Amino acid sequence: MDAAVKTTSAALAGEDAAQAATGALLKVSDLSRRFGSRLALAGLSLEVRSGEIFGLLGPNGAGKSTAFQILACILRPDAGRVYFNGRELSLDDPALRARMGVVFQRGSLDDQLTARENLLLGARLYGLPRPRATARAEEMLQLIELSDRAAEKVEGWSGGMRRRLELARALVHQPQVLLMDEPTQGLDEASFRKFWAHVKSLRKVSGLTVLLTTHRPEEAEQCDRLAILDAGRLVALDSPPALAARMGGDVITIEAEAPEEIRRILRDRFQLAGALVDGRIQVERREGHALIPRLVEAFPAGRLNSVSLRRPTLADVFLKLTGHSLGADQPTPQPARKGRAA
Amino acid sequence: MSVVTLESVPSRFRLNLATVRVLAGRDVVRFFRQRFRVVGALAQPIVFWLVLGSGFGGSFQLRSAQGLAYKQFFFPGVVTMVLLFSTIFATITVIEDRREGFLQCVLAGPGSRWSVVVGKSAGSTLIALLQASLFLLLAPLAQVRLAAVDWPLLAAVMILSALAMTGVGFAMAWWINSTTGYHAVMSVLLIPGWVLSGAMFPIESAGPVLGSVMRINPMRFAVEGVRRALFGGTLSGSLDQGGSAARDLVALMLFAAVAVGIAAWRVSRRE
Repeated sequence: MDAAVKTTSAALAGEDAAQAATGALLKVSDLSRRFGSRLALAGLSLEVRSGEIFGLLGPNGAGKSTAFQILACILRPDAGRVYFNGRELSLDDPALRARMGVVFQRGSLDDQLTARENLLLGARLYGLPRPRATARAEEMLQLIELSDRAAEKVEGWSGGMRRRLELARALVHQPQVLLMDEPTQGLDEASFRKFWAHVKSLRKVSGLTVLLTTHRPEEAEQCDRLAILDAGRLVALDSPPALAARMGGDVITIEAEAPEEIRRILRDRFQLAGALVDGRIQVERREGHALIPRLVEAFPAGRLNSVSLRRPTLADVFLKLTGHSLGADQPTPQPARKGRAA
Repeated sequence: MSVVTLESVPSRFRLNLATVRVLAGRDVVRFFRQRFRVVGALAQPIVFWLVLGSGFGGSFQLRSAQGLAYKQFFFPGVVTMVLLFSTIFATITVIEDRREGFLQCVLAGPGSRWSVVVGKSAGSTLIALLQASLFLLLAPLAQVRLAAVDWPLLAAVMILSALAMTGVGFAMAWWINSTTGYHAVMSVLLIPGWVLSGAMFPIESAGPVLGSVMRINPMRFAVEGVRRALFGGTLSGSLDQGGSAARDLVALMLFAAVAVGIAAWRVSRRE
């Protein structure tokens, strides 16, 4: 790849005209990576538009983290090209690296340093002069509402606070693109909402473009556009509402003692194809509310434990597109990180 | 949206320099922030020196070093041990730091991979020197005459030795990529390497096979260089370890260049 992707940082001049021509701020073309016999990424191509939040959705092993690591310059791709503002760049080109801010899934704060010091180091790493780095660190601390904790060592901080600080560190040098790998993995609902409120307000302030990987449907909902990955391939790419519209209608979930038998009856009597997910039957149906009374009447009392109706989520879309569940190969949530030995 | 132009990205040189400074500075700050590390850094070699020095002192007869107390002979060996343990400790952290630590964001940053190696090596060398200097405060107890010490030679030998050991440790940490694996190599390669450097017993007291191993062991030049700088004209005559300061320095320079070079080569190759 390094041979194929030429270093063209000098060619970045006039980049705006080029961007207007392609419409994409970051374009990835035919990105591939193999680990032994396993093809982790099979020719992924996509375009991220300036100012949008773009998500890569898929379970573990779908290839999204491989794509992230390649874009973060941690992994080498076997093949593929990357264009920034219409110009082809090598992934390790400082001109590209300096325009990206990265939030890692595992966390990359220094526990022995204070919050302010972590931000300062982040800023200095990108060549910001000391006074500017100091000013930017204070600014970011205010934006993520951690100014009052600035002088504390990060060791022992909660997951939510850590993630916010990671976010601030990734943005302290004012990058154009924010790259995040499973940014809210292991966070509770409140921390999740707070984290995303910050991402969105920071985007408003700086016109940031965000590219993230996730396997959380509620996180995928936050995106403007979503690429669904399965087994290293792009399965679908659209806005979350447009993807949801690919579902026939509502999702009806039926719990029963003998789900296989109920499923057979549904097929024979109602011509409904039900999917078995975690021991429950899921049926996709337009005007689902009208079906429910008929279902309840059709089965004698006691055969069904519960029947529920809901709007389809991105997890349902994923199931429909790939035939398997988004959480199928979900990793266990990371335990709260404790202070690491030096 | 603000348009970022090429001019807003600092030059490659400045970005690399920034990476070196961030990594080196961070290591020093972390060292002083972990008080147990400072105390341990001083206490461990003292215990080592006193216990082993007293234990072997009675039974150890140095053929070529008449009148030289074992604790005196052993002192430069402990100085190099401080350098070795300090660099091992600094480089073993690379394994975790790379997977779930600060090093990730450095690797994703705009500095080159070379600058990552140089920065981490500089930080680890600085801390090793700090620790060794603390231990050197005890030099008068080893009958070192401070006025007779060749300080520039001592500084040069210690810097080059620490740099070389960091290079070896960094390359191993990157390559092995597991803390247990690193521990294994440490106990079969690094620690024996120190024992066979002339730190604990002189080369001529070893058998022919062991003696040859010791002669080609690059860590030997660290020990002999420190010994030469500390005891210079006063004792090296009676100890007769041979060689010259120039030989020690050239050998250590070569050792450091190769070790750091291999580390940089390994780290530069993205997986």
